[in-house]
Amino acid sequence: MAITKKDVEHVATLARLALSEEETKLYTEQMGKILAYVEKLSTLDTKNVEPTTCAVSPAGIFRTDVIKPSLSQNDILRNAPEKAKGCFKVPRIIE
Amino acid sequence: MELYNLTIHELHEKLKKKEITSLELTEVFLKRIDAVDGKIKAYITVTKEDAMKQAMEADKRISSGKDITPLTGVPISVKDIFCTKGILTTCASKILNNFVPPYDATVIKKLKEAGAVILGKNNMDEFAMGSSTENSAFFVTKNPWDTERVPGGSSGGSAASVSAGECAGSIGTDTGGSIRQPASCCGVVGLKPTYGRVSRYGMIAFASSLDQAGPMTKDVLDCAIMLNTMAGYDPQDSTSIDAPVPDYTKVLTKDMKGLKIGIPKEYFIKGLDSDVEKAVKEAIEVLKKQGVSVVDISLPHTDYAIAVYYLVATAEASSNLARYDGVKYGSRAKDSKNLMDMYCKTRDEGFGSEVKRRIMLGAYSLSAGYYDAYYKKASQVRTLIKRDFEEAFKKCDVILTPTAPTPAFKIGEKTADPLTMYLSDIFTISCNLAGIPGLSIPCGFTKDNLPIGLQILGKPLDEETVLKTAYAYEQATDWHKKRPKLN
Repeated sequence: MAITKKDVEHVATLARLALSEEETKLYTEQMGKILAYVEKLSTLDTKNVEPTTCAVSPAGIFRTDVIKPSLSQNDILRNAPEKAKGCFKVPRIIE
Repeated sequence: MELYNLTIHELHEKLKKKEITSLELTEVFLKRIDAVDGKIKAYITVTKEDAMKQAMEADKRISSGKDITPLTGVPISVKDIFCTKGILTTCASKILNNFVPPYDATVIKKLKEAGAVILGKNNMDEFAMGSSTENSAFFVTKNPWDTERVPGGSSGGSAASVSAGECAGSIGTDTGGSIRQPASCCGVVGLKPTYGRVSRYGMIAFASSLDQAGPMTKDVLDCAIMLNTMAGYDPQDSTSIDAPVPDYTKVLTKDMKGLKIGIPKEYFIKGLDSDVEKAVKEAIEVLKKQGVSVVDISLPHTDYAIAVYYLVATAEASSNLARYDGVKYGSRAKDSKNLMDMYCKTRDEGFGSEVKRRIMLGAYSLSAGYYDAYYKKASQVRTLIKRDFEEAFKKCDVILTPTAPTPAFKIGEKTADPLTMYLSDIFTISCNLAGIPGLSIPCGFTKDNLPIGLQILGKPLDEETVLKTAYAYEQATDWHKKRPKLN
């Protein structure tokens, strides 16, 4: 499965990256090489093997839903690139 | 010996006996940083004033004689991946170049509560993605043993700061070898604990199922001392393990009788540097003389570990790094046409090239039509790698391997081809995939006077046997007493 420039452009949109023409070209080539390398996994038979997504701790840990103090609104907003009236401010969404 | 070259336990004795105050000691380290960090570049931020304040608090604690821990008043450094309240935390990325966390990571909180003095934040590969610290958005850290070489990575600043005497000890993080490989390159001790042994809360996420924080120190006792403080269940990290924390310093005895050491044949391969191979084989002989028995074992899926890792870790990274969108914190690109344009520009400008490459790879392998062939397949092979270790540990208590196939390489040597760089983690990656603990300890030097690391892998939650083996080896050798000559 060779990766094409078009694939890379599609993934860049999914990943929200405005790649330059140069980057797109470089990543097409490098990702191609890396994907060719990982192709070695297909030589292994894994038909009845359960996937491991977390090696040690059990997945799906629950806790009781209780209200606890959290960081203040000011603390949370302090790092925002733009804020207004106690909210995060973003560029216009609806034209 | 200069004070800055002493270990944590040696400094603790001096503080306890009131031969020196924490403030004086902190000034010694700050002076050392002033003298050598221009050359080594181990720190992104030096927190001089905060450190002096913490030192004065520690001195009060010491003079009151109450609640003194082995870390009280001891100056340490921390990788810039840990959130530190009120102190710039960049993860060596442009996208976080102005981020000041409103809270402390759990490990930072624990170290502060123990009375440790934090000197500053160490350089690293951006978002911990790299094996050389060359991927920092700010500058390259130099190896104190040879400043034309890399310190390893991603915790290269932490390793270099310990080795160069710019702190008494440090903490790093390890996703595929990022504590052990730089420890090996810089001639220090580095431990990646069992996944879940140490809380990940407030540690900036790269690959959540693999990331783990651990100590980087001048010797094994220091490593045990730091782990004692760092380990333990944290309700803020649901994957941290709710198991009792033993006193790791208690197991450090030289009595090795009855211990079985496994040597995996897959780790002594073509491409292994001959000096490295020789040093590791000599280390095995040293341990044999102390009464351990050696068994040959096999970890048959070793050859697939890097492929699994670069699918699993990048998939998790592409998801974790989705949070950097120029809205809540971090930098935002100027002059965007609309929201989508702002997201895309912010991320393209803010992330470095290795980070973007991994986000792309992860997003690709998770995308529709490729999930089964890549991410799912990799997670299945991960099960096979984990089973390899389960089988091996039926025959032995710990596994010994080289930490890295070569000593520290030259700056720029591996930057052109990402795959060549990825292969430098060939011996450390399986440990993260299986979730087991792994430690690197100095075991000699190459002909060019570059440090070599011996890796000790253990059973899940059996840091004790790993540390015990390391300690027995260390006590029989002198490597840990060597310091690089700077100036």
